[in-house]
Order: sequence, then C-alpha cells, then structure tokens
Amino acid sequence: MEEVVIKTNKLTKRFGDFIAVNEITFEVYKGEIFGFLGANGAGKTTAMRMLIGLSKPTSGSATVAGFDVYKERENIKKNIGYMSQKFSLYEDLTVLENIGFYGGIYGLSDAQIKTKSDELITSLGLQNEAKKLVASLPLGWKQKLSFSVALLHQPKIVFLDEPTGGVDPLTRRQFWDLIYAASDKGVTIFVTTHYLDEAEYCNRISIMVDGKIEALASPENLKKQFNTHSMDEVFYELARGAKRVE
Amino acid sequence: MVTSNNLVKTYGKRHEIPAVDDVSFSVNEGEIFGLIGPDGSGKTSIFRMLTTLLLPEGGSAAVASFDVVKDYRQIRKIVGYMPGKFSLYPDLSVEENLNFFATVFGTTIRENYELIKEIYVQLEPFKKRRAGKLSGGMKQKLALCCALIHKPKVLFLDEPTTGVDPVSRKEFWEMLKRLKAQNITILVSTAYMDEATLCDRIALIHSGKILTVDTPANISAAYPEKLLEVKANKMSALLNALSRFQKVSGSYAFGEYAHVSVNRNEENVEGELKNYLQQAGLENIEIKPIKASVEDYFIKLLK
Repeated sequence: MEEVVIKTNKLTKRFGDFIAVNEITFEVYKGEIFGFLGANGAGKTTAMRMLIGLSKPTSGSATVAGFDVYKERENIKKNIGYMSQKFSLYEDLTVLENIGFYGGIYGLSDAQIKTKSDELITSLGLQNEAKKLVASLPLGWKQKLSFSVALLHQPKIVFLDEPTGGVDPLTRRQFWDLIYAASDKGVTIFVTTHYLDEAEYCNRISIMVDGKIEALASPENLKKQFNTHSMDEVFYELARGAKRVE
Repeated sequence: MVTSNNLVKTYGKRHEIPAVDDVSFSVNEGEIFGLIGPDGSGKTSIFRMLTTLLLPEGGSAAVASFDVVKDYRQIRKIVGYMPGKFSLYPDLSVEENLNFFATVFGTTIRENYELIKEIYVQLEPFKKRRAGKLSGGMKQKLALCCALIHKPKVLFLDEPTTGVDPVSRKEFWEMLKRLKAQNITILVSTAYMDEATLCDRIALIHSGKILTVDTPANISAAYPEKLLEVKANKMSALLNALSRFQKVSGSYAFGEYAHVSVNRNEENVEGELKNYLQQAGLENIEIKPIKASVEDYFIKLLK
C-alpha cells in the first residue's frame, strides 16, 4: 500500500458565480513525481494555492502531508517546499544570505544552516559564487538554487510551478536530474509545466480542463487511453474541448 | 529586410557583461525568422537595437535599408514591436488602447481593420474592459493588435508564447503564418525549441553569441553524429546505463525516449547497445535511428 501524501475529495473554489476549481478528487503518493497540467485558465494555479495553504477552499476536502487545508494551513506551509518562476530568491542577497534567510524562516538552527549551506554549495558547484549576489547568476543556476532552497527544511512535498521556463534545453535536463534525485529520496514532487516532453518524465499526470480533472494516469496509459503515441495529442484532444475563455 | 552586422551591446559599470556579442544575421522579406535561445541569451537586446530603442555599442544594423542609429524615425514608422513584458495601458480599455496606438501612428482602426480582424473578433466581447483586467491570453492578443494597427512592414515579437499553454501556442503560430501571407516580415524570439521548426529560418543564440543561422531542416541535417532513440522500462536506470556505454558520446532524456549519439561510422551499434542494456537488467528495449531535431543540435552545441 503506497503512502498517500496529498488527498483531495471534491475540492472546489468559487469566485462569485465562477467555479475556478470544480470538485477535483485525486491522490498523490509519497516519492511520486506528479505532473499537474492544463491550459492557461484551467484552474491549476487556484488548485495549487489551496493545496499549499494560501487559499481557503469553498467546499470539498483535502489533506496535504496529513494536514487539513481548512484548519491546518500553517502546518501545511511548514511541511512543504514551494518554488515558482515568479517567487524564488532575493536578487539583492548573496547565495549564502538567501540560504541563511530561508533556513532561518523555516526554523533551522545556525549550525544546521551552516551544514546545509556547505552541502548545497558543494553539490551545486557554486563555491565561487557563494558570496555573489543572486542577481548575477545565470537563470539556470538561479532555478537550481531556488529548488535546493525549497528543499532546505526537508519538506515531504515540493510544489514546483513552471520551474523550467526560459532555460536552455541542457539546463532543463539538469534541473530534472535534481527532481529525480529528490524523488529517489522519498520527496514528493508536484509540478506544473507547459513542456509536454516534461510530462513524460512524471510518474503520473493529471490534465485539468475548465476547472475539472479530465484525465489522470501515467503518461503511458494516457497515450493508450487516447490511442496515440504523443503526449501533445492527448493534451490537444482534451484542451481543445475547453469552453472557458480564460 | 533586416540586417545585423557585428552588433555589440554590453551591460555593467565596466561593460563587463557582453549581452550581444558580435551578432550578424540577415532576414529576408516576407520571412518568419526565429531567434531561438534561453532567457538571458541576448534576444531582447537585439530586438531593442533593431527597433531603435537601444543604441548599439558596436557594429551596425538596418531595417528596410534604414540605419538603426541615423534613420530611427523612419524605422519607428514601419516596424511593429510586441515586447516580452505586457506594456499597454492597463487603465485604458481594449478599444481605447487600440485607438491610442492607431492615432499615434496617424491611422485609424477602420483603415487597417482587415489585418487585425481575425484576432480582434476574439477580443471584441471584452472591448470595454480595462486592459489590465484581461487574462494572459487576451492581453497577448491585444498587444499583437496594437503592434499591427499601423500595418508595419516588419513585426518584432519578443517571446510572445512564454508561459502560454501548448494549445494556445499552436493557435498563435497559425496566426503568424497568416500574417506572413500578408507579406509582413516577422522576427520572433522564443525559448521553446519546438517552435523553431515553425520558422522559415532560425538563429540559435546563447550567451550573446549566434551559434548558427539556417533553416530548421538544414540544422537538423547538420547533426554530426548518428542519433538513436531508445526506450526501456525505466528511464533513470536507462540513462544511467547509457552514460557508461563507451560508444555513446551523449545521452539525455527526450520525452518518453532517451536520445543517444554515436559515431556515424559505427556499424551495428544498435545490436551491441541492445545486448548491453539487456545485460544491465533493462527490459522492453526499443532502439531506432532517428533524425535529429533542432533541440538535439542545440544540446550538442552547448556540450
């Protein structure tokens, strides 16, 4: 029996008359790489904001890392990591300062921060950049650093919101090496992406259309289900039916 | 239609950051030309120099035979520019924005309506809405209408599809094809490698340098090695095994397959590789030779 780390039941978010997320029900297992796909405006971000404790659901239920999304939102925040293109590191702080700052926020002791900083800087090969401002790093390094910082407090689940946008194809693959390594250690990865080849790297993916989860399976089974060899076609087939004008 | 000769632009107090490093290329009339490269590779700086918003520090460039430094006034009349960041007036409505841009260029919406009609009909239901309140996709369509309203000869689109989902991206490219049919020359930048094949010609760019300029087909054909796609029951184990096989010069994940480069002169390397992978404990192994994509070529150049 696989350990369930995210469980939702008819989770719903309304804004007035608009149903942004419409009764989504799914489970995510420990150590799984779970791809959360959908067209712009399908409701991915709203769903994710409920799961990470930033937005209160209208109805339905969900637990994340064992905590309730209505009543235990602060506990959720402590037990997850989050990284997005929009929110990541402080550009005006150095690499070390960023690690120290986030370590402090998540309640790590000075000694722990020191150990973690050394580990992280060695594993990312950032020895020469440790005291440089984050602003001066290439985007690919920022993303890798930002991912590692999201893992500092050893969360059970990491939420990645389009983590690899805009980087070169080689750096994108190096980033996925980091994702695999974290997943091998038992960290659950919940990731959104617009790159359909990246969907193939996930254990299972869900595809949202107009607020609902219209498909959920392994990439292989999804392709079988839609009788095609390409993930692009699965996505087009589903998303083309969308009625919402974002 | 557009030429860039050894363009140079640096940033930093001591000009220590070369943003655009000796960049040369030319774009033919009526062509869709793609600048393909990651964020920070210099795409935006090149576009800003060509649209006369930034002065080059070295080299020269021309649009429709007008020099980007001396003849900037003429250039501004004949180019449309859609920056990567949304830069319309958020407090004006859809209609007001469009009217504003038409007026600035001394024209009217009516005069060039045919050109934007197809895009504008999708915006029409929201024409009284403030631009700042539009969704991402609608903002993008409005920005494109505003860049087209004076019927430019050359259209510059800086990362128009960044963060846009695959279905909307496809629609956007179909729109570009129809604009091209109206004889508008289009320069478009993107970090999405799969969009490269939708351009007539492309320049691959990295760290401010152009790596190559050619048609997507020629770039694929120029891949120097034999490329195989390999599939097995477990991707991470497969990549691990591939990295230890001597005759493999490069391997990486590519969707559900691993792409594997081997020397062109290797005979029957497929058979050898299959045996090796079986011995490594992998199952359901499939190996077949394939044509390289632009992305494969780009990865090769970066390594």
